[in-house]
Amino acid sequence: MNVGRRQLLRTGLAGGLLLSFAGWLNAAGDRRLNDAEREMLSAIANALLDGALPEAAAEREQRLAVTVAGIEKAVGGMSPATQKELGELFGLLVLAPGRRMLAGVSQPWRKTNTSEVAEFLQGWRGSRLQLLQSAYAALHDLTFAAWYGRPENWLAIAYPGPPRGYF
Amino acid sequence: MIDPIKAGLASGWRHIDASTFTRNHTVDTDVVIVGTGAGGGVSAELLSAAGLRVVMVEEGPLRSSTDFKMLEAVAYPDLYQDSAARKTADKAINILQGRCVGGSTTVNWTSSFRTPSEVLDYWQRQFGLRSLTVEALIPWFALIEHKLSIRPWETPPNANNQLLAVGGEKLSIPVGSIKRNVKGCWNLGYCGMGCPTNAKQSMLLTSIPAALQRGATLYTRLRAERLRFAGNAVTTLDCQALQPDGLHLSGKRLQLRARHFIVAAGAIGSPALLLRSGVPDPQRLIGKRTFLHPVVISAARMPNRVDAYAGAPQTLYSDHFLHQAPIDGPLGFKIESAPLHPVLFSTTLPGFGAAHQQVMGEFTHAQVLLALLRDGFHPESRGGQVRLADDGSPVLDYPLNETIWEAARRALLAMAEIQFAAGARSVTPVHELANAYANWTEAKPAITALPLKPLVCRVVSAHVMGGCGMADSAQRGVVDHRGRHFWLENLTVNDGSLLPTSLGANPQLTIYGLAARNASLLAGELVSRTAPALP
Repeated sequence: MNVGRRQLLRTGLAGGLLLSFAGWLNAAGDRRLNDAEREMLSAIANALLDGALPEAAAEREQRLAVTVAGIEKAVGGMSPATQKELGELFGLLVLAPGRRMLAGVSQPWRKTNTSEVAEFLQGWRGSRLQLLQSAYAALHDLTFAAWYGRPENWLAIAYPGPPRGYF
Repeated sequence: MIDPIKAGLASGWRHIDASTFTRNHTVDTDVVIVGTGAGGGVSAELLSAAGLRVVMVEEGPLRSSTDFKMLEAVAYPDLYQDSAARKTADKAINILQGRCVGGSTTVNWTSSFRTPSEVLDYWQRQFGLRSLTVEALIPWFALIEHKLSIRPWETPPNANNQLLAVGGEKLSIPVGSIKRNVKGCWNLGYCGMGCPTNAKQSMLLTSIPAALQRGATLYTRLRAERLRFAGNAVTTLDCQALQPDGLHLSGKRLQLRARHFIVAAGAIGSPALLLRSGVPDPQRLIGKRTFLHPVVISAARMPNRVDAYAGAPQTLYSDHFLHQAPIDGPLGFKIESAPLHPVLFSTTLPGFGAAHQQVMGEFTHAQVLLALLRDGFHPESRGGQVRLADDGSPVLDYPLNETIWEAARRALLAMAEIQFAAGARSVTPVHELANAYANWTEAKPAITALPLKPLVCRVVSAHVMGGCGMADSAQRGVVDHRGRHFWLENLTVNDGSLLPTSLGANPQLTIYGLAARNASLLAGELVSRTAPALP
């Protein structure tokens, strides 16, 4: 067995343990996002939306907060089964061991920069583990839906919005 | 604009939002129908027309034109299963499916095709469905086409569709026109968010109002939990009321007792209800052979504006690639255009950061084709399986095997070639590892070499079919050619879950037609048995 495969198995096993722990943390049922989850989702959206977000720090921060609020709303509208799965993913990412071992992000989320987070996202995107690939896809879809669901972000893509008139 | 649903409710239609229940209830009726989509809607209209008392059960909300704002952020959470992000168990396929009164007919893109004759021939050969001939079904399709104004679409196609015709003509690939179930359509392009002008002749605007007008009762926010049966007859449907959020149980219950029960909860919901109920299934067929028309997508950048969000979403199609091999040979595929709106497009596009932003910046120039793969005919294409999670909710396993990927690759190649022939500046298969290819010479070897795997190549579906398939015997089907369950005498399945294979065509008209036939046969039987004795 080569080193890569051993590493994969170890990560897989530890990931499984972490997942069950995160699942236990979330066993109480649906709830609002906590501050740690907001920070994590904001750091991830900051990387996913790089290029779409404004450069100026204050404005960028504000738009990220709106996007994270949009993600929270979207998650709250999903079926209890889906909410539970997403709660497990979020719970895993805000735990320091989960962040370090599975995402490979050494710093707390609020101290990360976009390139560090982008590297983690590319890693999951190209992972051989379906669990990580699908987790990446969930973060991707939630973030872009929250961003492009908002009319203030349509101008940049020249989408005029729905026709206005008498309906 | 008049909202006919609001007007009907004001006139006294019986609609009960179960989230308002303050206690448990028990109701007796003639026929209970679970689901209000293509199958449930038609069933409700025809059975109420026969004078039977009908109760409809819908898990989603009742929404109508005044609620349809043409905004994805409003429509997806309100009108779709899992906010338009329903997934297969491994998350590799995203499924668009309605969850509101009218079901998917409220949010579909209006494409209407009769069941292809080669599909009916296959059903006769493989499943013994001898009575479902092309000739026998003509009157049912004609009836529905008349009722739902299914007609050729006379308005010129939008650029997103027209480019399919342009590319097809250059390559001698025949392209046809799609019939649509619309009346006085404004050609806006927002069918997927609920029709704001009441032009789409969905179940919400046609059959369900007809049933309510005749005194049928519609419960919304009510989940069908379990059928109870004694001997060979169903006695009761146990239902759970949802909270106003439409997601969580309120704790209040409704028991529905009836002479006959129709299950039309869609091809994920119907098998799940039968599995939860533990109905007799000695061959373990319930939930098996669930088909999706797995869809792969090709995005092109055109030199001029396409504005694929505007205008009727699907008006042209090509069946050229359905006819290259026998129906049970390598999978054929149907090519259509896909309307684009910011959320649907941005979430479907792979990648992130500057690269994603660059493609989004060309949103108005994007032209998108999709290929729906005809699953369920090839011996290695047996579809997926609906099973139950611990909480009783349905889970769909759909393995994407080599038979699917082989066809997906041909489809991505065919779509790219058509888009280049139509003048594309670049074409990008929707795939995590694909690039924007500048011409066919570059695209062909690149697509040929793309690794096709779950979660790497994007696969979506808007057509869930099967899971309670029809056949001539209980050895190979859950129900007979009329949707009647083989073991429980007063149980009918009447929706897309009847289909023993996929169709290779958008399924709404097939479901309407079969549902009309089955509901009429049932109505005849129920009414004659209870013909009132004259004084």
